Amino acid sequence: MMLAVIAGRLAAALPTLAGVVVVTFLLTRALPGDPAAYFAGPAATREAVEQIRAQLGLDRSLGVQFLGYLRELARGDLGLSITTGQPVLSDIVARLPASAELTLLALLFAALAGISLGALAALRPNGWLDNLCRVIATLGVCLPAFFTGLLLIYVFYYLLGWAPAPLGRLDAFAAPPPHVTGFFLIDSLLAGDGETFRSALAQILLPALSLGIFAVAPIARITRGSMLAVMSSDFIRAARAHGLSARTVVIAYALRNALLPVVTTLGMVFSFLLGANVLIEKVFAWPGIGSYAVEALIASDYAPVQGFVMTMGFLYVLLNLAIDLLYRVIDPRMEVTA
Amino acid sequence: MSAASLAHARHVLSGNPVTALAFGLFALLVGTAIIGPELVPFDPIAAAGPALQPPSARHPFGTDAIGRDVFSRVIAAARLDLGMAFAAVAIVFACGTLAGAAAGLFGGWTDRIVGRLADTIMAFPLFVLAMGIVAALGNTVTNIVIATAVVNFPLYVRIARTEASTRRGAGYVEAARLSGYGEAHILFREILPNLLPIMMVQVSLTLGYAILNCAGLSFIGLGVRPPAPEWGIMVAEGASAIISGEWWIALFPGLALMTAVFTFNLLGDGLRDIVDPRRRT
Amino acid sequence: MTIDRRLVLKGTAAAGAAALAAPPFRPAAAQSRRETLLMVSENPPNSTDIHGVGANRPAYEASWNLYDRLLTFGVKKDSNGNDHYDYETLLPELAEEWDLRPMSVTFKLRRDARFQDGTPVTAADVKWSFDRAVSVGGFPTFQMGAGSLEKREQFVVVDDHTFRVDFLRRDKLTMPDLGVPVPVIINAGLARRNATEQDPWAMTWLRSNPAGSGAYRLERWVPGQEMVFARNDAWTQGPRPGLARVIWRIVPQSGNRRALLERGDADLSFDLPPKDFQELQAARRLKVISTPVENALQYIGMNCERGPFTNVKLRQAVACAVPYQRLMEQALFGQAIPMFGGPAQPETAAWPQPSPFTTDLARARALVAEAGFPNGLDTTLSFDLGLATVNEPISLALAENLAAIGIRVTINKVPGANWRNELLKKEMPLITNTFGGWLNYPDYFFYWAYHGQNAVFNSMSYRNPQMDALIDRSRFAEDRAEYEAAVKGFVAIAWADVPRIPLFQPNLNVAMQQSIQGYRYWFHRQLDYRTLSKTA
Repeated sequence: MMLAVIAGRLAAALPTLAGVVVVTFLLTRALPGDPAAYFAGPAATREAVEQIRAQLGLDRSLGVQFLGYLRELARGDLGLSITTGQPVLSDIVARLPASAELTLLALLFAALAGISLGALAALRPNGWLDNLCRVIATLGVCLPAFFTGLLLIYVFYYLLGWAPAPLGRLDAFAAPPPHVTGFFLIDSLLAGDGETFRSALAQILLPALSLGIFAVAPIARITRGSMLAVMSSDFIRAARAHGLSARTVVIAYALRNALLPVVTTLGMVFSFLLGANVLIEKVFAWPGIGSYAVEALIASDYAPVQGFVMTMGFLYVLLNLAIDLLYRVIDPRMEVTA
Repeated sequence: MSAASLAHARHVLSGNPVTALAFGLFALLVGTAIIGPELVPFDPIAAAGPALQPPSARHPFGTDAIGRDVFSRVIAAARLDLGMAFAAVAIVFACGTLAGAAAGLFGGWTDRIVGRLADTIMAFPLFVLAMGIVAALGNTVTNIVIATAVVNFPLYVRIARTEASTRRGAGYVEAARLSGYGEAHILFREILPNLLPIMMVQVSLTLGYAILNCAGLSFIGLGVRPPAPEWGIMVAEGASAIISGEWWIALFPGLALMTAVFTFNLLGDGLRDIVDPRRRT
Repeated sequence: MTIDRRLVLKGTAAAGAAALAAPPFRPAAAQSRRETLLMVSENPPNSTDIHGVGANRPAYEASWNLYDRLLTFGVKKDSNGNDHYDYETLLPELAEEWDLRPMSVTFKLRRDARFQDGTPVTAADVKWSFDRAVSVGGFPTFQMGAGSLEKREQFVVVDDHTFRVDFLRRDKLTMPDLGVPVPVIINAGLARRNATEQDPWAMTWLRSNPAGSGAYRLERWVPGQEMVFARNDAWTQGPRPGLARVIWRIVPQSGNRRALLERGDADLSFDLPPKDFQELQAARRLKVISTPVENALQYIGMNCERGPFTNVKLRQAVACAVPYQRLMEQALFGQAIPMFGGPAQPETAAWPQPSPFTTDLARARALVAEAGFPNGLDTTLSFDLGLATVNEPISLALAENLAAIGIRVTINKVPGANWRNELLKKEMPLITNTFGGWLNYPDYFFYWAYHGQNAVFNSMSYRNPQMDALIDRSRFAEDRAEYEAAVKGFVAIAWADVPRIPLFQPNLNVAMQQSIQGYRYWFHRQLDYRTLSKTA
């Protein structure tokens, strides 16, 4: 049954994936910038550039180029990056864990803060706490992500010296833990390396905070709404009437049931954060795929941009599928139509 | 709006000081955008004094790296930022609502095509897609507006479609059909007017997002071209100055950004309360 | 109804504070920190092979330290007392001596020189490397050609430790050209084992696998993030380097780089805006070394082949309208050498030297009228967005002054990757740009920037047979007096025709901790790790 649903979902996603491939191709071909001039070198003549252009196949029609692009995709060849000199696929595979770790931690923080705020606000609707929570949550969304990051660096690193230097995932003199998942926090614990764990944690806190602040508001909002709906429902009234303590009622019953719509929101928030990642990674020198794509975009190095956009598209589709299935597992009453 | 709904609005506002505040700020912002540039003390694009001066009586927000008065630039930027945001939202509101409502009302191929279009757009991280569009088309104001509109299209389509398909079988729609009115008439005269209040809520939220989008693009260097004053560019310019202690260059435009987005978000909440109290979150 | 919200809040706050307050990782041995340099920069190297296609400037630095060349340059002190390479003195590196004849030079290679894998360095390796340099095309071939090193037949293996270069013509640039970053000596045996039919020069393999004899070996490379070098203890081509390790980390934000330097978490950085260098210099906590970049100029260029600026009076008008002093202050914060307000006719054969122009708006307006534009004109001013920190304030200030004399300018920011292509097209009417040559001779500069051969660096498509004759004469002049006369001649024409308006000679600025010694300015503007060391 589950397999049928998964297969159905994947099939439904195919046209979207095709759309992603086409749009990515068109977008990157439309980018200004001439890789031929770049490859030909700083002193090349016009003829030399044309020669290189022919070599790279950039002088053929768009249709022919698209077919070539598809052929390479089928081989798993995402092209070569001009700025790093590496195949794009290996660059992305190497950098994806960095972005994923950052985003997941940010999501964790946002979920904890958002759910707490939302639950608190729901307990006394329209009270001063409710309004305060609403304001706090909204404030988080209003600041540009990079601005928050810069402020946090200035205050916590430069002025107070509490946070470590924004140099990336680890202190410059620490070596990365042996590679298992690519998540430094997990890998260092698996290797039993406390020093590296502390270093990785210290480095990831500030960027995760900057990124997470953004996501607190929507989570808080949904939690609040959902809690309100659940708190006024029959089974809660019954529980209270039976004399269960307030704590039990709220945490054991209400919160658990209220979390269902929050799960869907988390999925949406996660993919939104993956996009907002880009700015935070730039500010904190975080070696993730977001900063990889931006640097490539600025340099008109379009193979990485292509690879990045496509990777994100695929990830998003898979993520949606996972959320759908998770939802179905949590609440079998929901009909998941294929 | 009828007298009854105005009274209802006043009732909601009086019980909700936060929303009233939002409306007030909104009026202030729009006012600043409209007449602000005429009233600023200095020319926003010309040097007005020595560079990198901290806030003083003469320059309440200080001067930037080229000697321009930050206060004048922040006020003048309101017009460009709000202008771009309103333009983008107007476009996406018109196109998205229409497409979504048509998809919801007619179903079939319209639904499928519009749905696929929206899905394809949503398959990209939205900021990255905006970046790509602006990079490909060139960073002019028009293209930034287009990119922002495209990126918000799926959201409007989804909301409009849901609302339209819910109302598809409603009594008054059936009545209109029986009276012999065509589908186009039903779309424009029956469905759309009922969608408007709900879409307005979304509009104010999108306004906030549009402004942040521009700021993010400017930070990367894909925003409007200098010397046009725009909040995002000013924060980007001031970003490296923060570390050396010139905090005012980035802080004030950052606060302006925050105020604008904050206003729109609160406004959205407030409008939602007025329009559809059941939906209150 | 109360819940333990306090517990939740307290718990979260405690966890957060604990993590923030955790001390950053400190390496076990302070000793190793003293022998390690942490350098931060904006752009990562994209290759360790300088002959590679599209190798960028940071790649030159990697290559310089991983490989050796036949010879190198000596050292002298500049006017600030800092170490500066001496382009007039050539010193042995892999060659221990050489015999320079009119039409050839014969090198004797060091017998104890070894590649990093232990194999000895032989003349066959030198020939393979030089053949590669002139065969792969692109920048390396162009640079070899600048010293008349063009054909594989010029490179002759006499025996295992003797290597000869035959000259095509007598060119004073041939010997210095052997000391630039391009003619590295590669371990041919190792490279050939990793070459293929389609890739006979092992371009793919050598990109990330250095096969050199240099003072540093590549310990780790994470492309786009960091490169770590470790000292090669078997290096015999010079005194033992003082640093055991060099870590090169990429930090994209200039503000962050500055903060790292100021807090002592990083040791050295080049890539900071001029304003930051000025402030750091004043604060005196760090050592800031400023060296004028030899044979380099930031200029304003006007298209002499198409558009309004084909009219020399209009070009002179622009030269009188530039706000020179304001540019020095606002764009450069005084961190450059002004190149304006000099004598009307060149008095020396030095280069760069100041142009005779100063800001004179009245004269500029008169010239515009004389040029036949009573109502002014509209045009575009373009610059390289990749160097916006300097280019943007220059453009804005220039646009303002030009507007005052009736030339209405739209500013066109060209993304870095496009800039080269746009220059090639030679269609832009008005640009600001920078150009410098590795070999410090005025005729070298003029050959690429003013000669009618119309190289890409002659961005203004300037063609003047008189100028060409003087340049050609100076390139091959044997007599000092004849040389200087020719140089003064072509500089005078450059002022009269003014296709380019010099603005200033830029500085190469570097900020480092006070403990760092041995920094040496090189013409390639990259860092040479071999002379660096740290005091306590």
